[in-house]
Amino acid sequence: MSIIPQPITQFPWRVLALLLAIAIFGTAVLYSAAGGSIFPWAINQGIRFIVFSAMALALSRISVDLFARFAFPAYGAVLVALFLVELIGGVAGGSQRWINLGFMQLQPSEFMKPIIVLAVARFYSLLPVGEIRRWNAIWPALVLIGVPWALVLIQPDLGTATMIAAGGITVMFLAGLPMRLFVGSGLTLAAIVPIAFSFLHDYQKNRVLIFLDPESDPLGAGYHISQSKIAIGSGGIWGKGFLQGTQSHLDYLPEGHTDFVFATMAEEWGLAGGILLIGSFMLLFRWGLRVSMRTNDKFARLAAAGLITTIFFYVAINLMMVMGLAPVVGIPLPFMSYGGSSMLTVMLCVGIVMAIDRSNKRSQHTGNWA
Amino acid sequence: MKFLTPKRRIITEAAQSFTFTRRAMIVGTIQGSIGALLAGRMAWISVAENEKYSLLSESNRVNLTLIPPRRGWIIDRNGRPLANNRTDFRVDLIPQRVVDAEATIGQLARLLNLESDEVDRIREDLEKSAGFRPVQVADKLTYDQYAAVSVRLPDMPGVAPSQGFSRFYPGGATVGHLLGYVGAATAEEYKARKNPLLITPGFKVGKDGLEKAFDEHLTGKPGAKRVEVTARGKIVRELTTRPDTPGNPIKLTIDAGLQEYAGRRLATQSGSVVVIDCANGDVLAMASMPSFDPNSFSDGISHLEWEMLSKDDHVPLRNKTLQGLYPPGSTVKPMVALALLEAGVRPQETVGCSGAIRVGNTLFHCHKRRGHGAVNMRTAIAQSCDIYFYQMAQRIGMDRIAAMARRVGMGQRFDLPFPSQSYGTVPDAAWKEKKYNQSWQVYDTVNATIGQGYMLINPLQMAVMAARLATGKQLMPNFVHGAKRPAPAPVGATEEHLVVIREAMSAVVNGGGTGGAARMSVPGVLIAGKTGTAQVRRITMAERAGGVRGNSSLAFKLRDHALFQGFAPFDNPRYAVACIIEHGGHMIRNEDAPMIASDTMSYLFDPKKAMEKLETLEKGWGGTPTERQTRQMAAFRLAKAIEKGEVAVPPADNAANASSANEPAPVAATPVPTTTAADEMDDVPPPPGASARVTP
Repeated sequence: MSIIPQPITQFPWRVLALLLAIAIFGTAVLYSAAGGSIFPWAINQGIRFIVFSAMALALSRISVDLFARFAFPAYGAVLVALFLVELIGGVAGGSQRWINLGFMQLQPSEFMKPIIVLAVARFYSLLPVGEIRRWNAIWPALVLIGVPWALVLIQPDLGTATMIAAGGITVMFLAGLPMRLFVGSGLTLAAIVPIAFSFLHDYQKNRVLIFLDPESDPLGAGYHISQSKIAIGSGGIWGKGFLQGTQSHLDYLPEGHTDFVFATMAEEWGLAGGILLIGSFMLLFRWGLRVSMRTNDKFARLAAAGLITTIFFYVAINLMMVMGLAPVVGIPLPFMSYGGSSMLTVMLCVGIVMAIDRSNKRSQHTGNWA
Repeated sequence: MKFLTPKRRIITEAAQSFTFTRRAMIVGTIQGSIGALLAGRMAWISVAENEKYSLLSESNRVNLTLIPPRRGWIIDRNGRPLANNRTDFRVDLIPQRVVDAEATIGQLARLLNLESDEVDRIREDLEKSAGFRPVQVADKLTYDQYAAVSVRLPDMPGVAPSQGFSRFYPGGATVGHLLGYVGAATAEEYKARKNPLLITPGFKVGKDGLEKAFDEHLTGKPGAKRVEVTARGKIVRELTTRPDTPGNPIKLTIDAGLQEYAGRRLATQSGSVVVIDCANGDVLAMASMPSFDPNSFSDGISHLEWEMLSKDDHVPLRNKTLQGLYPPGSTVKPMVALALLEAGVRPQETVGCSGAIRVGNTLFHCHKRRGHGAVNMRTAIAQSCDIYFYQMAQRIGMDRIAAMARRVGMGQRFDLPFPSQSYGTVPDAAWKEKKYNQSWQVYDTVNATIGQGYMLINPLQMAVMAARLATGKQLMPNFVHGAKRPAPAPVGATEEHLVVIREAMSAVVNGGGTGGAARMSVPGVLIAGKTGTAQVRRITMAERAGGVRGNSSLAFKLRDHALFQGFAPFDNPRYAVACIIEHGGHMIRNEDAPMIASDTMSYLFDPKKAMEKLETLEKGWGGTPTERQTRQMAAFRLAKAIEKGEVAVPPADNAANASSANEPAPVAATPVPTTTAADEMDDVPPPPGASARVTP
């Protein structure tokens, strides 16, 4: 037995240190993006990180059972909020993603990203083992995913809708549905894509087309991707140096502190900074998946793997978009992009995974005490 | 769920747990691969394509502006500038740097004496401005104004004084047709040359005259200013500035003083003067007046000024020296006489002039109705007797005259640095056959002998003729100082013959001949020359019966051209001159070709005295060409305003001409209908049966 008290060894030091490192790096990039000033972005982002870290630590003290029990009610509540947004939007006209609570603006679709993982995980944890290869194991999950997906898609918010679907389907995959379902659906999807494309909004179609050929309109709609690639490409291996980026400081790079913050970073820190950041994220994902694999509880392990994969989707979609491998869909980069909503969501995920991790350790130790 | 047996449940739970672990590892592998893919993609962009994107990033960041090079000077034979660059001082406001706009504008208005409407304009521009685009306060400032603003810069943030260059021609209108002018390049010029310099603001190319011919030589290398700019075009800082390399200067054979004198001496007339150095053919002056002022062209001419110039019947927009073709009239008689001498005619041989002779079935008159009596060669030239030349020319035939005409430069194409030239004509049997498919007639010879009919010449060719008659050498006109030339070929006349011609030409001026007005007041220098008159209208039988109308009673366009060619000193020619006054009609003695040519020549011998005479004369003409043009412009603008642009305003010069009809105006008594509208039709044959006319 260690002489260090158990609460201290159980405290998730390593993952917190990792997150802190990423967040400090992100804050430094925002400091540079503001032209070497902590205002207006770096200071806010730092405070948010501290607040949300505290929230995540608080979440990690909560019993996993509580998350399991509240998965469906929470799902229902967010679904209602999504309907409300749609209604308000219908009245106000145009696209509506927010509910104004007076003191803050709530974006329900953002909460749906972790909640969908919890809800689908809850569903499979309740499903009898023998049912897993039956039709009954598929359609309720598809409904759970499909309704919020459709609501978010018509907002319209292609990026978030994709993430909701991806998060839910990942949990379905992990729950052990037959592999052929996923292979078959993948092939079907590939066949449907051209048809689906015709149903997209014009601006979404444009984004997709420009993603396929950004140079076709370098000053118009392809401007984002072109300038982002210029920023990353001109950074080289070691970057132009802290505060020396020209693409971001001379305003050539649009959204250089939000969605395209990675390009801002890459211009000044180069390939080295990029590899370091991607590596850090990979460590985070490895931690999450290891937590899930250590867990025996069905809900907990599905939730842990699903939530960490949700964060992975943030990172992957954002980086692919920034590097010209995906269309511009407006998914921020966790801990780096300036903005409260996404950090809240990501910290919710992290907090719940930490809670699962904590309950694992406790169950192992209680065994010793018993 | 609860009803399932525990045993089976344990097995399946284990199986499911195993499945989960396997699937989680698949997810982990996919995540790792995508992470590796992203890292690889980033490495590809930032390492393999680094060069491409660095370049793009630099071209985003750095904005290269060309600084237009200063144009090379054009200097005269003595190094005096004919065209140079005037520093152009200006002041702008950079709106985003201005702290107190009102106070700054107020101070600038005091320093630069700005009008109140200008101040309003600046205030308005400042409000509309995007923040970084400069707002012009004033340009074309004096150095004192520029300096006054410059020293107060610390008190006036946002004020940006700067200096550029604009082309300046000290000679003004008098060098207009010689040098041409400069202006912004046209879209066609840019397409042809593809040089980005051409579309740089402030860059000018030569548009006409020598400015165009030597454009490449005069154009320097542009400087460059590299500035860092934001995506919105705001200039962050200057990176490097490379100064421009001015263009090469060019030294002309022109004498700046003489050129200006010649231009001013042409007075209110529409005419041209050329002076050639008899030593080597260098052109010392080549003036065509009236002319546009190249200074106002290089700043961009106003629509109104252009309209005024194109409507003027004195055709200020045409270079009369090189593009004007005129019947040479009697100025060819010395050349014809040289051909006669060459053909064996002795100078002492006489011809009886009774006032008219019959050639074929047409009666050809002499300008003196009662005739000159017995005339020899010297008298025939001095008195410009037509009958002598009619008779003698028939004796030797046109071919020998045409050959001599060509040797003295008539009809010759000179290789000159001017974009557009018209060449005169020397007609002969072969030429007429080819051109009109008609055979040469005796009356054609008679016409050509006195410089009428098909024969045409431009003022430069006439000056070359004068120089060749004076020297007996085939001098070639030249504009570039110190140009290497082969020694000129001889005209082919013996010195003895040349002396006869020179003395006869001296008698024209100094021996009681027709050119007495050209007598020069410089002691010891006698000018030799030959006058000429070219008729531009047809005189009907009816008019001749009732007496030919005087030029002063005719419309401007119908008056005779007045011509003079000559050289000085007559016994040892140093300079040759030619002068043509369009529609001058020999009406005003001091504005007629002989006296203009002679005064211009006298400037070379005694500039001070020549200038004094000119200044006295100019008082009577209403000042220098610039002053008169300014007044004309004002009158034109006023007339436009009053008449709402409908009435063509007759230029003041015409009225002056018409009112001075009391001057001794030698009127041509023209015997046979002849029309040679030389200034409109360059190469028109006379009507059938047309023939001689007479010159005083």
